[in-house]
Amino acid sequence: MEPAVLTGEHFLNGDVACAEGALAAGCRFFAGYPITPATEIAEHMSKRLPQVGGVFIQMEDEISAMAAILGASCAGAKSMTATSGPGFSLMMENIGLGITMETPCVLVNVQRAGPSTGLPTLGAQGDMMQARWGSHGHYEIIALAPASPQEIFYQTITAFNLSETYRLPVLIMADEIVGHLSERVIIPDSSKIKLRSRPRPKGRKDRFLPYRPGANGVAPMAHAGEGYMVHFTGLTHDEKGYPVMTAEAQAEMVDRITGKIRKNLDRIIQVERYRLEDAEVALISYGISTRSSLAAVDEAREQGIKAGLLRLLTVWPFPEDMVRELAKRVKGLITVELNLGQIHLEVQRCAEGRAPVVLVGHAGGSVITPEEIVEKIKEQVG
Amino acid sequence: MRKEILITGLGGQGIVLAGQVLGMAACLADHLETSFTQSYGPEARGGACSAQLIISDKPIHYPYVREADILVCMSQGGYEKYRPMLKDEGTLIIDQDMVRSGEAVPGDVFSVPATRMAEELGRKMMANIVMLGFVTSVTSAVSLEGMLSSVADSVPKGTEKTNIAAFNKGYDLGQAMLKARMKKAAARH
Repeated sequence: MEPAVLTGEHFLNGDVACAEGALAAGCRFFAGYPITPATEIAEHMSKRLPQVGGVFIQMEDEISAMAAILGASCAGAKSMTATSGPGFSLMMENIGLGITMETPCVLVNVQRAGPSTGLPTLGAQGDMMQARWGSHGHYEIIALAPASPQEIFYQTITAFNLSETYRLPVLIMADEIVGHLSERVIIPDSSKIKLRSRPRPKGRKDRFLPYRPGANGVAPMAHAGEGYMVHFTGLTHDEKGYPVMTAEAQAEMVDRITGKIRKNLDRIIQVERYRLEDAEVALISYGISTRSSLAAVDEAREQGIKAGLLRLLTVWPFPEDMVRELAKRVKGLITVELNLGQIHLEVQRCAEGRAPVVLVGHAGGSVITPEEIVEKIKEQVG
Repeated sequence: MRKEILITGLGGQGIVLAGQVLGMAACLADHLETSFTQSYGPEARGGACSAQLIISDKPIHYPYVREADILVCMSQGGYEKYRPMLKDEGTLIIDQDMVRSGEAVPGDVFSVPATRMAEELGRKMMANIVMLGFVTSVTSAVSLEGMLSSVADSVPKGTEKTNIAAFNKGYDLGQAMLKARMKKAAARH
């Protein structure tokens, strides 16, 4: 067997770094359907998983890929799939199933420009609202956005840890540019990587209630075939996992599966602040667009303009309080994203009119340049 | 130190591999910050294609070339599209049988018969490696030792020897051209 954690210094693209992050996190099951620009993740997993005693399955489509990783997780494996826009659309229904069954797993979307087949080889960040609301019903989701191969390596580990801790599918919203960008990736010693595992049941197997929550609102998870009484369903269910078709059961279940995220926002949300202390104009960005934003902040500062950046590592749940606070103390906010305004709507909502919010964005196909952002920064202070 | 490098050509010429090899050498052997991006079309071969590298001793924010220090062109389309991005004092390297440049020679233009040299070595596919040898030779972007190990690590197993030979051909041609230029410059003074 080859080592699962390739400790050392590497020159990797984001897709391969993501796959290595998954292996380092303990992922041992991958099901997927290859699609540009996420193919390299599947390709790399197909090579690496058999080396570490894991399973790789190329499925007939993305619907079954998502179903397969839920099934593998129910049987005890840490599981992942990777796709891009068209496949992401097909996975939506089963993301909801994972939310309702509370099944830990990780889904990577290496975003390309849409709608539909769009621009297969060119990047965008157009699936951000789909990530939030693409499956039907009201739910909470966790979505991370990496800006480099090194970051996607770590975020993939974080995604597995969050999915295990809170028992839900966690999304990594990468993009073509990060997926195909090669940079230095340092993989630490496996002893330095902190891994979390789903809470597990104790006590009598015949008395087990699969959806009775623990202190943090998350129920211990029994695996299929262990002898516990388990019942997995997409129907609204009670603590036994049995379907109950009432408004009361619906309120209880949905309040709990949204509450376990809403009550732990401080533990889930991660951001980075860049030159924000004295900033008069604050950029808010995530993923690849933060790279252009960082350059723009430096260039604006060189021209004497106090600019800063709030870099969202976690996009969902949205860091509402931080944006609210920021809006109180800056002259203007600028959302930078590769779409025509999605997270921008969230920024506007949380700014509550305290500061003007403008967008630097376009429909995708190329990265936003620092020049475009600097222009907008100047308009804001002008 | 910061170098922005653009390599352009057609899908199938190994443009992306050339970028990968350069990036590996700069990152892992020369221990510099390195960002390597690529752009290509949906077709497997024949579409326009480019590799972009930033090599720096400082963290790299924006990972795309804004003003190229080095532009390597292995196709006419690539030359026409990216020529305006080359700095005034930048280095232009063209495959002389693939690109009709009309540049005012000498300047800093290097015309290299990379594809023809690779054909003479028996594998037209190695034109990218010949070109990498030349780039290593005439620019100070990456170290020779780093490139030799990076080439050997990146090409298909069993082809290391022939690829290193191709690399050396390009490297030697670069050294010869530099020497000739120096002689000319000395004669002029």
